[in-house]
Amino acid sequence: MNAGTVSTEPKQTSGKVRRPGDRAFSGLATAAGITILVVLAGVAAFLISEAWPAITAPVSDLPDGKALTHYIWPLVFGTVLSSAIAIVIAVPMAIAVALFTSHLAPKGLAASVSYLVDLLAAIPSIIYGIWGIAVLGPASVPVTDWLADHFGFIPLFAGPASTTGRTMLVAGLVLALMILPIICAVAREVFQQTPKGLQESALALGATRWEMIRMVVLPFGRSAVAAGSMLGLGRALGETMAVTIILSVSGAVTFNLISSENPSTIAANIALQFPESSGLDVNVLIATGLVLFAITLAVNMTARAIISRREAASGR
Amino acid sequence: MTLTKEKKEKEMVDAQAGPAEATMEPPADPARAGVDAQAKRIDAENLNIYYGEFLAVKDVTVEIQPNKVTALIGSSGCGKSTFLRSLNRMHELIDGARVEGSVLLDGVDIYAPSMDPVLVRQQVGMVFQQPNPFPTMSIYENTAAGLRLNRRRLKKTEVDGIVERSLRGAHLWEEVKDRLDKPAGGLSGGQQQRLCIARATAIEPEVLLMDEPCSALDPIATLAIEDLINELKRRFTIVIVTHNMQQAARASDFTGFFNIEKSGDPGQLLEIDETEKIFSNPTLKETEDYVSGRFG
Repeated sequence: MNAGTVSTEPKQTSGKVRRPGDRAFSGLATAAGITILVVLAGVAAFLISEAWPAITAPVSDLPDGKALTHYIWPLVFGTVLSSAIAIVIAVPMAIAVALFTSHLAPKGLAASVSYLVDLLAAIPSIIYGIWGIAVLGPASVPVTDWLADHFGFIPLFAGPASTTGRTMLVAGLVLALMILPIICAVAREVFQQTPKGLQESALALGATRWEMIRMVVLPFGRSAVAAGSMLGLGRALGETMAVTIILSVSGAVTFNLISSENPSTIAANIALQFPESSGLDVNVLIATGLVLFAITLAVNMTARAIISRREAASGR
Repeated sequence: MTLTKEKKEKEMVDAQAGPAEATMEPPADPARAGVDAQAKRIDAENLNIYYGEFLAVKDVTVEIQPNKVTALIGSSGCGKSTFLRSLNRMHELIDGARVEGSVLLDGVDIYAPSMDPVLVRQQVGMVFQQPNPFPTMSIYENTAAGLRLNRRRLKKTEVDGIVERSLRGAHLWEEVKDRLDKPAGGLSGGQQQRLCIARATAIEPEVLLMDEPCSALDPIATLAIEDLINELKRRFTIVIVTHNMQQAARASDFTGFFNIEKSGDPGQLLEIDETEKIFSNPTLKETEDYVSGRFG
């Protein structure tokens, strides 16, 4: 403080000495922050203004003469369903892999498994799409046939099973693989930070390794896993290429995961329709985009809320 | 006065624990003064403790008396905590850590190949330097944490009884009885440490290891723990590592002195004897220098 009074920059703002470097840095940082806000507001403004004609247009002018909500509903349904499948599969798997690498595997193996899982995130989504339609889809056919035969009474597997494997189930599986690395990385980081003292306390009480994990590691990582899952969910909701390639679309709203009659997703539908659209059709597609934007925003805000609640609870 | 009552309670807990655990108890000797429950003795024989290739503690042979408090003193890095952690097989949790020699708990080698470390730790409990109650659990759940392990099935009323008894035993009941369902993180450091003691004693171990249990606490909380230690030895064998010489003098029956020749050498147990003798008339000059505050 005393040294500051002999600064080469005697100008003072609100009683504090400010160095040129500090001012430059804070200016840059503020500008970057504002840019983000401007971009976000710009995107929202664009979506709303471009979607507006579709929202206000008479039903007869819309594609197929359907009301906008009727057009969007199957897409929202397909988007949420495929993401739900992905989350249901990916979260337990990510937790298991994260626990394996943070607490169970020997050091060398843990490092290489973590590396490989991270590598999954580096695969472009178009590659996932091609792999899904060329490999996983055909491979799924015998399984879905069997499911339709034996578990057809469950609405999810009502069948008739698709012969190409371009089903909601396969799309969900591929999405699960794509979001696995995000969830896994978040979970692993937090599991590794579980305080040593707590882990030792549990073990000193005579806990087995699994009991220790259940008692200490999982509660400690719970909200981080939830937040990571939300991030993954955000990606799954917006994922375009893989779903566009894999899913065979009919627009049906159904929980039947293994047939060739599937609802599309918002993002895949935009990708498929946009090049051939003009006029009001474009506005309709942008309106669906607005809905997707709202859904992902809600998911991300939920993730934020979970993280901040956790921070409040742990007193940070 | 509370002698017979507590004895009875201990027997009740044993009965609840089921026949398998009950048979592991030695027959109690009610004639022994100041002892509510006969705890087990520990004999370490030619114990060498390693971190990888590094020999951290060399050739310790010691008898730790049941229902007594044994304090381990010595400068930092001399291996006393390492030795302590080898007594309930916590040492081996560190990568590459291992021991040679044997540690006998009432004659049973805890390092025998067939011995399950989980069973060892159920009999040899531990309290750590930092008070570390489980942050996501309430005071009640913390105390009962060990009771829920290893598929033990206890009725709610039984758990309630053990929780109250353990918290009373840790001199904490009166302070927390109205907020058992509140998070343990809201307690003061001293209360948290007593909660950790309640948690460790709830599963009725034979031996209680304490690794500098007061070094994170203020003097008043420290005295409260020392009082507690003095009472706990009626039911448990206690081994405590401490940097506080007054604490060793006040709270222990026996004191062992660990030392290293120079940095990088293995630690050794130079001398162990009755606390009074160690602090008034130790055999070795090194011990005398250490306890009187003169260092080589």
